[in-house]
Amino acid sequence: MSALSSEHLLNIEDLTPEDIYLVLDTARSFKEVNERPIKKLPTLRGRTVVNLFLEPSTRTRTSFEIAAKRLSADGINFSASTSATTKGESLVDTAQTLDAMNCDLVIIRHRYAGSPYILTQNMRAHIINGGDGKHQHPTQALLDLFTMREHFGHIEGLQVAIVGDIAHSRVFGSLAPGLRMLGASVTAIAPPTLLPARPDVLGADVCYSLDERLGQFDVVYMLRIQQERLEESPFPTLREYSRFYGINSARLAALKPEAIIMHPGPVNRGVELSSAAIDNARNLLLYQVNAGVAVRMALMYLLLGGESEA
Amino acid sequence: MSKLETKSVVLDKQAIDRALTRVTHEILESNHGAENLALVGIVTRGDQLASALAERILAIEGLEVPVGSLDISFYRDDVANYIAPEVHTTNIPFSVDGKTIILVDDVLYTGRTIRAALDAIMDYGRPAAIQLAVLVDRGHRELPIRADYVGKNVPSSASESVRLFLEPLDGRTSVEILQVAPGERISSAPLGGEA
Repeated sequence: MSALSSEHLLNIEDLTPEDIYLVLDTARSFKEVNERPIKKLPTLRGRTVVNLFLEPSTRTRTSFEIAAKRLSADGINFSASTSATTKGESLVDTAQTLDAMNCDLVIIRHRYAGSPYILTQNMRAHIINGGDGKHQHPTQALLDLFTMREHFGHIEGLQVAIVGDIAHSRVFGSLAPGLRMLGASVTAIAPPTLLPARPDVLGADVCYSLDERLGQFDVVYMLRIQQERLEESPFPTLREYSRFYGINSARLAALKPEAIIMHPGPVNRGVELSSAAIDNARNLLLYQVNAGVAVRMALMYLLLGGESEA
Repeated sequence: MSKLETKSVVLDKQAIDRALTRVTHEILESNHGAENLALVGIVTRGDQLASALAERILAIEGLEVPVGSLDISFYRDDVANYIAPEVHTTNIPFSVDGKTIILVDDVLYTGRTIRAALDAIMDYGRPAAIQLAVLVDRGHRELPIRADYVGKNVPSSASESVRLFLEPLDGRTSVEILQVAPGERISSAPLGGEA
């Protein structure tokens, strides 16, 4: 058994609140390692970690790759363009092929929700979901929770607004339940066209206006407008969306003085955040990226360590 | 921890104080003072002992030596079998390059913790020398490692556990021999950091 209550991380709900705090505490130690001149630990020497990224990604893939290297694991990268999936190989066949090569951990990003689960049914390796369709992105949620916890010292009681494309967002899919598990309150802010048909299933307060309650949030979490996932136009123009749902200088001024702005990246500059907002000191974008490596190291350590304990 | 029963108390608080004072003098004697020394304690008991040694060095030599703490969880040789339930942060707020590092731990046992600690310190730089100070040496080494400074040698059996209790963490200060129930894990014990 591994140290966590689940041997895979497909959904944030696979973890208990205790598991989440264990990941965040362990990540704090790895963050210290990442600030040393020699950023390398022998911990996972000889383990094989596969990055199976069948959808474009820079920061998540790079972050996992750096995390594996800093723990001395051997990392192998697959991308959609170089893998046999372009030759029409099915996911099940890919999984069985990788399994035959004795991988210890596979991180998968795929455009279809549930693909990580397919891997767990066809491989012996531990599986981490690196983002599946519009479903979940649990490691992003963990690094966001880490960032909030380090900034405020706690997560319980925080008032968090998540703004933007709620309907298509796998970031929301993991972050909102994660925040609820740890006792924060979540408000989803979006135009009705970017909310699911039944917003009541979100388990969050829903608000159509960003300005209405802007002054009461501790965290304003801006989701990226994912033009690649929008089948029809949910709003007339990006400019109009930005005017109603983007953070600009005027809205910066309306925030609580201690409030922070977060964004999973990559930012559409001038859409979710104006240049002034991006450059604002309260913006923790780069801290989130930095924390991402430590959080992923912690997950790898906790999933791969101690597994043969009787 | 309910399966551990105290068999005997090897060192009480006074005896620990005296042993630490003697070890301090030995460190100062063999290094000709405290110049260029730095103390690094292995969490969660060695770091407290390192601070206690630093206080004594200050009292004797009037010199403040830098103190760091080291968590060796990520350097263990048994990560695949067992991982520490709680990872502490390493904090070495000084450069180890060219320094004489006194590595401090509570109980020296198999030597595996020390092996891991040596690797960990080397990742911070290149010390001039590393010396090892332990409060208790209980024997049963599995690696060619020995301590330079020993508070007390305590011959023990492999079915026993030797553990340091410290007032702020455990409510009492003593070194005790505990009987381990058959089948209980005794090396890499999560509490007491026995090594």
